[in-house]
Amino acid sequence: MAKTIIDKVWDRHVVHAAEGEPSLLYIDLHLVHEVTSPQAFDGLRLSGRPLRRPDLTVATEDHNVPTANIDQPIADPISRKQVDTLRANCNEFGVKLYSMGDINQGIVHVIGPELGMTQPGMTVVCGDSHTSTHGAFGALAFGIGTSEVEHVLATQTLQQSAQDRMAITVNGELPVGSTAKDVVLAILGATDTGGGIGAIAEFRGPVIEALSMEGRMTVCNMSIEFGAKAGMIAPDDTTFAYLEGRPHAPKGAEWEAALDDWRSLRTDDGATFDREIILDGSAIAPHMTWGTNPGQVAPISANVPNPDQFDDPAARDAAARALDYMGLTAGTPLRDVPVDTVFIGSCTNSRIEDLRAAAAVAEGRQVKAGMRTLVVPGSGLVKAQAEAEGLHTIFTNAGFDWREPGCSMCLAMNPDKLAPGERSASTSNRNFEGRQGRGGRTHLVSPAVAAATAIAGTFATPADLD
Amino acid sequence: MEPVAIVQGTAVPLDRSDVDTDQIIPSDWLKRVERTGFEKGLFSEWRDGEDFVLNDEQYAGANILIGGPNFGTGSSREHAVWAIQQFGFAAVISPRFGPIFKNNSTKNGLVPVEVDQATAEALMAGVQADPTLEITIDVERGTVEAPAIGLSATFDLSPTIRHRLLNGLDDIALTLQQESKIDAFETSRPSYMA
Repeated sequence: MAKTIIDKVWDRHVVHAAEGEPSLLYIDLHLVHEVTSPQAFDGLRLSGRPLRRPDLTVATEDHNVPTANIDQPIADPISRKQVDTLRANCNEFGVKLYSMGDINQGIVHVIGPELGMTQPGMTVVCGDSHTSTHGAFGALAFGIGTSEVEHVLATQTLQQSAQDRMAITVNGELPVGSTAKDVVLAILGATDTGGGIGAIAEFRGPVIEALSMEGRMTVCNMSIEFGAKAGMIAPDDTTFAYLEGRPHAPKGAEWEAALDDWRSLRTDDGATFDREIILDGSAIAPHMTWGTNPGQVAPISANVPNPDQFDDPAARDAAARALDYMGLTAGTPLRDVPVDTVFIGSCTNSRIEDLRAAAAVAEGRQVKAGMRTLVVPGSGLVKAQAEAEGLHTIFTNAGFDWREPGCSMCLAMNPDKLAPGERSASTSNRNFEGRQGRGGRTHLVSPAVAAATAIAGTFATPADLD
Repeated sequence: MEPVAIVQGTAVPLDRSDVDTDQIIPSDWLKRVERTGFEKGLFSEWRDGEDFVLNDEQYAGANILIGGPNFGTGSSREHAVWAIQQFGFAAVISPRFGPIFKNNSTKNGLVPVEVDQATAEALMAGVQADPTLEITIDVERGTVEAPAIGLSATFDLSPTIRHRLLNGLDDIALTLQQESKIDAFETSRPSYMA
């Protein structure tokens, strides 16, 4: 029978299945960070259970870590205690940990792929909703809560209910100036925040196939923002070229065996999906969010919408509430909205290609006077590569602040925060109220738009600067 | 977790859509390494505003939270469930839940009551009109009832989740009953996956 890639990866991980029960799935890779794991390790200790597979468990410090002065102890005592707790837990249970200052340390969804740990056909989980990122490799990857983190630590499995299969096809070819971030923001405009609930999505079509691995990770990263359990992209030569030679990728004869297997991880002709969305990629212009959930998006060329234009009462109410919080007036051109802060980073857009795109815009230009700008590479390796390419010099010459790796202002668990009323152009994934600091106002954009906005002072695309 | 069969009481109407887990428990609270003490963090930014419904004394003592569609979207933080429970809620009613939040709820015995839009709106209007409106959620039968407004509706729970909520079962202990199958599975994994 013709199968989707979703079913192929799911089926090969079923340890136990019984009628009317969730399936027990084996987990190939469990990524751990300091925020969602302490109570899970406590649970193991309380029940006297061992960690079943420390060799399939990898930890990093990312959410709390400062992005400046990292040779100093973490100043916030509560953040420091959480990081210290992770270090103690990893030491006690024998888990490999990449600590602040290690070149392999970074955002959990950046380091898994760049170290070659994330591979096609795997199941990957983490106590973090953006685990969907790893689906870019044709892995089945999803975020879990702390109870499930403990479950994986103890059993290396998870009980999972069947999901709908959702096909998201992006046809045609992207216009010059549009990026993977614009693709996923456009998808969010089409699905809204709940359109993927109860489903696993496969992103497909010529636009997706033409994306680099970094671009595919950006798209899969935001699957959870429309509610999908996971997002997947079939592995192909782009995937294999990215993986070959990375530290944890198979080598020699095993590489050849893996390739043979990975090439089979494609949706068969004739396989059916439960839900389908089709977008015309040639119509996807640079996008940004205007509201307080990621479904509230528009092309940058648009005006702030009027809540009355929404037919659904809940959407109308949400739009009115969002404009009030965001301090925006219906009808204002988005390009006229002034920005205080630009954040380039996060598990969505902090990889080398993202930094290259932003640096290409910044080169030879100056950020607007008074603008705060943070460029936060996703990992120590990304930082080192960017510095080897001279990107940090381009950024600092243009007036951007070049920082150490971590989650940073994506969720404001470290010192990088918006003050009340401040407005950011951010390459992250969530524009929720207070996400980047209490009272802060977040607009999600691509790295190129973020860099152009830093220079223009109002929302801008690179083309607007010419 | 504690078994839960019936949740009976009054409700707080949180009449807005897309209540994400960043609102339920802001990220500053996630730095704690304990599993308790989150009740003060529940909706802490909104509670600082005077007109927020959770500050309305008419709803003091309620043990059911009624939200709009897409309740609990966003971050996987289980702290959102802990905060809601530790504040005193035993069930949340919404037409649609964020999937990770819903899953986390069932692991802690917080009953996610996913009802159709009309039922959710009727309950919301009912408790807005009468904060003393009594609501009964029956986990075994999968029903939600508010006799004073003539409302009786059903909600879906998978048989497995229903069984676990009713019996307060530990997922890990149940999975470990399949340990021999996990052992066998591990012998069949490709060597390059270690």
